[in-house]
Amino acid sequence: MSAPRAGLHPTRPPGGEAGPVAEPHVPETDVLLRASKVTRRFGGVIAVNGVSLELRRGTVHAVIGTNGAGKSTLINILSGELDASGGSVELRGTDITRWSQPQRARAGIGRSYQRTTIFPVFTVLENCRLAAQAGYQRPWAWWTDAAACHVCVPAARDAVARAGLAELQDRPAGTLSHGQRRQLEIAMCLATGPEVLLLDEPLAGMGAEETERMLALLNELKAGHAIALVEHDMDAVFRIADRITVMVNGAVLASDTPQAVQANAEVQAAYLGGSE
Amino acid sequence: MAASRIVPVLLATLALALWPLAAGSYGIDFVTKTMIYAVLALSLELLVGTTGLVCFGQAALFGLAGYAVVQLSPADAPASLFWLLPASMAVAAAYALFMGALSLRTRGVYFIMVTLAFAQMAYYVVHDTPLGGGTDGIYLALKPVAEIGSTVLLDLGEPLALYYFVLGALALVFVFLALLLRSPFGRALAGIRINEQRMRATGFSTYPYKLAAFVISGAIAGLGGFLFAVKDGYVNPELLSWHISGSVLVMIILGGIGHLRGAVLGAFAFALLQEFFKSEALFGDFAKHWLLGLGLTIIVSVALLPRGLIGIGALLTNRLRRRVEGTL
Repeated sequence: MSAPRAGLHPTRPPGGEAGPVAEPHVPETDVLLRASKVTRRFGGVIAVNGVSLELRRGTVHAVIGTNGAGKSTLINILSGELDASGGSVELRGTDITRWSQPQRARAGIGRSYQRTTIFPVFTVLENCRLAAQAGYQRPWAWWTDAAACHVCVPAARDAVARAGLAELQDRPAGTLSHGQRRQLEIAMCLATGPEVLLLDEPLAGMGAEETERMLALLNELKAGHAIALVEHDMDAVFRIADRITVMVNGAVLASDTPQAVQANAEVQAAYLGGSE
Repeated sequence: MAASRIVPVLLATLALALWPLAAGSYGIDFVTKTMIYAVLALSLELLVGTTGLVCFGQAALFGLAGYAVVQLSPADAPASLFWLLPASMAVAAAYALFMGALSLRTRGVYFIMVTLAFAQMAYYVVHDTPLGGGTDGIYLALKPVAEIGSTVLLDLGEPLALYYFVLGALALVFVFLALLLRSPFGRALAGIRINEQRMRATGFSTYPYKLAAFVISGAIAGLGGFLFAVKDGYVNPELLSWHISGSVLVMIILGGIGHLRGAVLGAFAFALLQEFFKSEALFGDFAKHWLLGLGLTIIVSVALLPRGLIGIGALLTNRLRRRVEGTL
């Protein structure tokens, strides 16, 4: 996949509803992940306070807020890296609040990290192959060659190609540029075949061209996935998000369509009118 | 690339197979002992080099299997290899399961300390209870044999038979681990070493993986302990002491962590260095202080060769390439 360079908004007008894949009326059954009144305390500090969120297939749900607003903590709770102190998380209607992170990952929740966490000494393909192996682990088959796995290798190749890294697949991941590593991070996520993608600042530190490529990729992935996007780049958020949740001090200030959020006086006072 | 790795391994195996033709009984005994340490070093390499778990209690697994050999052998007739070998490996694996199940809940320095504590616990049980026969250790009355019906296939009391048995065991462990490391299980262990959190986020429950690696490592260390007890016909608590855990760690560091060949190479280098500095012919009275020479050599070699002896080849080719490029 190469980056489409046809203007600034390759696939859809800014903030519009008429993207090529987004449906204007999403049925209730397509809620894949639902957080209800999720709370997390660290000692006396309430990092996340009663946050409710619905992630639907076919939508990008952006979570914005200043540093320390609790966005990454929220992602950590949804992915199971942190336990919730209160509230519940449901995946396709099943309560997964008590599930471990690996269990949630196998059930279809993929996440990327704010700080790139690839396996630098492995090749790009091996990074994705290992991720794909999570769904087909077979640890007892000690005599088989992992690099010849007929399930994981095709899945890994597919993920590498979708993220636009096919030409780099035999390079050690540690030699990639920052933007390529962020793409690899997404590719590793995809290799596990997730339905829900929790992306923590995928655009952080990216150049303009890399940002375009990543946005095009997210737009493409939207069709089959429910995507939560934590992001600081407001231009990107308002271009790609179908819904925006604004967090302040661990709580939800507003959760609505991009236009409504932009028009919200409280949000403007607390956040948008500020530094960005 | 693959051939450049396989050929030296095959040549080394061939050299070891031919060694008894050239060596006397001392030489055979020395290489037998070193190959047993190489088995132990390989068991630790699975934990340290592959999984990233720095275990400082490998000697306990080694020594317990040795004690199992002596305690399980009947006094009046030689035990059969067919059950004694698996039984002593199982004793080591069982202790590894116990040790791993609890110590794997900790990380980093705490893990090192907890594994050391478990090893010391086993050491004192053997040292201070009637079970282990105290400081003096116990003798193995009759060495195990492999027989079918009344035909003796293999008598491990024979030094030469033992030599080839140990060589076979070392080769099997090496091949088994080489296969294991390229299997899905081995790749997952490598992923855990590099970034365990990422592995969990990807969907791997890492604890059972680490525990399985620990038990496999324990069984292999147990194989080493079995061979050691059979070779010497004698066990004492020193087999479980932290000196041995430390020495094995030094072997794999010396050879080059992250390579199976490094573990074997390190075991041989360590044994040869030890012999060299202990030699009175070379050092006279100073040979008493052989630990000093050994220690300094290890410090210098780790400082100069951070990737171990296995890295020498790459280091030299790089230097050569640079020189060639410089002349062009």
